[in-house]
Order: sequence, then C-alpha cells, then structure tokens
Amino acid sequence: MNMTRRTLSSALLGLGLLCGAAQGQIKSGDNAEASEIWQKVRLSLFESRPISTASDGIIVLETPVRAEDSAVVPISIRTRFPQSATRYVDKLYLIIDNNPSPVSAIFQFTPASGQADIETRVRIDEYTHVRAIAELSDGKLYMATRWVKASGGCSAPPGKDAQAALASLGKMRLRIDGDAGAGQPVLAQLMISHPNNSGLAMDQLSRQFTPAHFVRRVDISYAGKPLMSADVDFSISENPNFRFYFLPRGEGELKAEVLDSRDLRFQSSLSFRPAP
Amino acid sequence: MAQVGNTMLKAARRGSVRALIACALFLSASMCPAFAHANPPPLPLPMRQVAPGIYLQYGAQEEWLPANAGNVANVGFVVGGRCVAVIDSGGTPEVGHRLRAAVSQVTPLPVCYVISTHAHPDHILGNAAFLGFPGGDPVFVAHARLAAALSGRDRAYRNAVQRDFRIVLAPDAIVYPTRAVAGVLELDLGGRSLQLQAWPTAHTDNDLTVLDRQTGTLFLGDLLFVGHIPVLDGRLGGWLAVMSELKKLEVTLVIPGHGPAGRDLPGLMAPQQAYLETLQRETRAAIKRKMTIGQAVQQVGRPVAPQWLLTELFHRRNVTAAYAELEWED
Repeated sequence: MNMTRRTLSSALLGLGLLCGAAQGQIKSGDNAEASEIWQKVRLSLFESRPISTASDGIIVLETPVRAEDSAVVPISIRTRFPQSATRYVDKLYLIIDNNPSPVSAIFQFTPASGQADIETRVRIDEYTHVRAIAELSDGKLYMATRWVKASGGCSAPPGKDAQAALASLGKMRLRIDGDAGAGQPVLAQLMISHPNNSGLAMDQLSRQFTPAHFVRRVDISYAGKPLMSADVDFSISENPNFRFYFLPRGEGELKAEVLDSRDLRFQSSLSFRPAP
Repeated sequence: MAQVGNTMLKAARRGSVRALIACALFLSASMCPAFAHANPPPLPLPMRQVAPGIYLQYGAQEEWLPANAGNVANVGFVVGGRCVAVIDSGGTPEVGHRLRAAVSQVTPLPVCYVISTHAHPDHILGNAAFLGFPGGDPVFVAHARLAAALSGRDRAYRNAVQRDFRIVLAPDAIVYPTRAVAGVLELDLGGRSLQLQAWPTAHTDNDLTVLDRQTGTLFLGDLLFVGHIPVLDGRLGGWLAVMSELKKLEVTLVIPGHGPAGRDLPGLMAPQQAYLETLQRETRAAIKRKMTIGQAVQQVGRPVAPQWLLTELFHRRNVTAAYAELEWED
C-alpha cells in the first residue's frame, strides 16, 4: 500500500500546475487519449503497460453526461465477472482528468468481495473525462471512459450548509442494503459525515484557503479479514459515501475504519448474520 | 480596473477574443483604450415601474447563456430622495452596465447601495458595473455568508464565463460585499428606508430579502421562483421553514428572483411549496426503499416537475441535492 500511496502523492504533486493551465480550454469529449493530463497520470501510475479500452466484458463506468450538481456526481463502476481466487479485480482506479487532483480514488479488492463493484459520489471541477481502470489479478489493465459536463465542484464551499457540516464530523453509518442469502454477493453501504474540504476554496478578501481536511483512507473488513480498502482524496464529495459488495461466509463483524488528512480516526461496525 | 473590465466587455462584443485576452493578461492601460471608443454606450435595460420609485426588469426564463446575454434574473432598483439602491445586477458585467444606464435614464441621483440577494452568478456578476461613481463606489450589501459562498465559486464563475460567454473577467470584476447583514439592517435612501433581512439556509446559505417600507414591496430574490422551477442549492427543510415565516409578512407587492411579480404572497408561493414538499416526501420514500441517487433521480417528482419551466435543467439536480440532505435524517 505504501507504493500506492507514494504513487498517488507524486501524481498529485506533479499535476497541480498542468491542471491550472488546462482550465477553461477543454470543451469537447473527443479524443480521450489525447488528454495531456491523462498522459501524465498514465505514465505515473502504469508506465508503459498496455491498457485495453475494449473493456465492455470487464468494466463499465456509469456517470451522468451532464452533472446535475457538480459537487455530488454519482459514479458507478461495475465489473462484469465475479471475484474468484484465480481471477479477480485487484484494484480500481478512478481518474478525473481535469480535477485539481486527477487521481481521485484507488480501491483495492479481494476475492472476498464477491463482486468488485463500487458506487460513490465525486466533485467535478471542469468539463472532463472520467476514467475507471481495472487492474486484474493477472496484471492486465482495462479502462472505461466517460465525458462529463460539470464545473465548480471542487472549490464550491463544502456543504450547502457549511455550519451544519462541521457539527457532525466523523459520524458514520454502515448498513446492509441487499438481501443476505443464497451465497450471492451482498450490497453494503458506508456513509461518513465529513466536510471533505478540498483546500481550494479561497476567501478572496483574506486570501486564505480554507484548510484541506478530507478522508484519505477507508478500510473495510469482514470477520477479521480485509475486504476492501480505498485511498481517496477531496475529489470525493462531502459526506463520502461508498456502496460495495461482500460475499457472506457466515456470521461475522463487518467493520469500517476511516482515516482523514488530520489523522483523525473513525470507525463503525455491525454484526452480520446471513439469512437462514 | 472597472474601465478595463468595461473595455474587455466591449472587445468581447466585437468578438475580439485575442485583444480581450491581451487586456486580461497585461491589464495595460496603453493597450486597452484602443477599443474603448469604438462602441456606443450600453443600451439601457427596459425597466417597468412596478410601484412608485421601484423599477424592475424581468430576466428571460431561460438558462444563463450567451443567447440571452446572461440576462435571466430579475433585476431592479429603488429610487430614494438622496440616492438609489440596486437590487441584483444581472448575470454578466454587461447586464450591469445596461442596468446602470437604465438608472441614469430615470434619475441623476447616484447609486449608493448595490444589494445582492444571494451569490448565484445570474444575480451578482453585474455588480462590477456600479464601481466608479463620481462621489465614490456604492456600498455592496449582502448576507454575512455571501462572501464565503462567492469566494468558493469565484474560480468556477470565471471559468464558466470564459467558456460559455467568451468573456475574461478582470481580477476585480467579481465584487465582494463591503457591508454584511447578519440579521436585519435598515438602509436609508433619503426619506425612504429599506429593510434587509438575512435568512437561515434555504435556497442557498446566503439568502437576503429587501422590503421597501414605503410601498410594501418585497424583493425575495430566489427564495421565490414563479414559472422557473425552484432550484435547491441550500437546504430543503430550511427553505420550507423560511417560506412559512415569509408568508406571515404583510406586503402589497412581491418580486421573485425569476418570473412575474404579484400581490398575493401565499398564492404566489403555493406552487413552489407544493413542489418542494413533493420533492421532500418522495425523496425520503426513495431513500427508505434503499434506492441510489441515480435511481431516485429517475423516480422522484415525476408528476409535478413538468409544470415548471427549465425542469430538464434543474429537477434532477434538485433530487440529487435533496437526497444528499435527507439521507442523514433520523
């Protein structure tokens, strides 16, 4: 995970300036490969490894074409085959080219997930390509890309109601959303109350930035074993929300641990019992 | 600086994007005036006098776009004995210049206050046009939380204006309030007093209303939409609560942020209230049925939404915002 963390931060550092330069210039979703920022991200995360864009059988990315609310853009990444010990999705990368920090999330799965799907909500700062890249256990890479029209999501003040947001910091809800039976993967949801401040909202009068304060790591375990983890940043919307699957293996604790950028830790758990 | 902004606007109208960018980059007094004399003065906005000394222009009930020059919000002004208060200034500096021209058609008095009802671009980006009166700049008045809301959106507004309108806003073309209202504030225009009230989070977290005591005219900003679908960028529960407070006010004329003015405040509010209540009730039900945001957006409010203008543009956004708010209830 250290490697990933380092890769993530070097990608962030290297790309800040580029993003600024690109703002306001990109208007069309044509030619996804030509995106200068994507070429940089690609090099830093995957070097020269081939990435298949013929991804239909492997990975599907769902986004609205035009974001209804640029601060809360629902993103759904679906994989098209079950997780098995021999072939599974190891990582999903979520890249938002024109966000200030394009590498938005890196999810790590295990065969215990059953199904390596993820749903979350992101901020989108400018018209942009959004990419989901699956890294399989055999090392192969598959990418799905969507063009999304939205702007202003990253620097908008967190919270339509900023005061209320801080009051409930760190409150969490973990729950089972699907039917727990028949040996099928079960859908679960993690909600974290957190302003996820981007650090990009500047007070024009004091010329001070509201300090960045966001969730950066999520670990989910089931019956004491890792199930799914995520390295995330402020591209994730206020009150981060993740829907994910796990494969029931009898009674056990489903547990979520969250670490934020100020090293605050939050956790939540529930005891899971499969339906008879 | 206001002159530079003005010059750039004119350059934009001529389609001289390169010159405009040169102005924006160098802000050089020697480069820009070449364009300054080439255009006629701004065409005054067509105002109607809706009450004695109160002038109003209805914005187009359309999306904020170049096709309507960004002129989509209602803007107005109130003439007192000593000076004029402008209430919202329009969606681009150009709309602001046309509003300023309209003021000078009506009265030689200076503008002493520019009041913003909230931080959305279609209401506030004309403010820069009111800088530089001979007697000094007017006081820019807004809700105490407006500055923070505006600064958070500052960069996005500039990008949007550049991308959609081909206008590069000068650094000071987005004007920040110089007087903040936390509760109630009285402004004197010379024998005429305006009562400003800052509200808790509703349409946005920085909604401000303006009441002209002399005529009983209430400017509601976007706390009231008529015709144009209500847009939620604050808190649904808060908005409904503020509406029930507003309904208690004794007024004779009500001016919404979008759509025609009227005399019957509860009657004008009824369709908006029905829409917001439906949005709240059905979004709650969707969350209870464990729908995702994407599913809720497809389901919620289907029967009521088509009655409004611009539903395609804003209804799904409203469901998204309502969902994010209501999923944390109980």
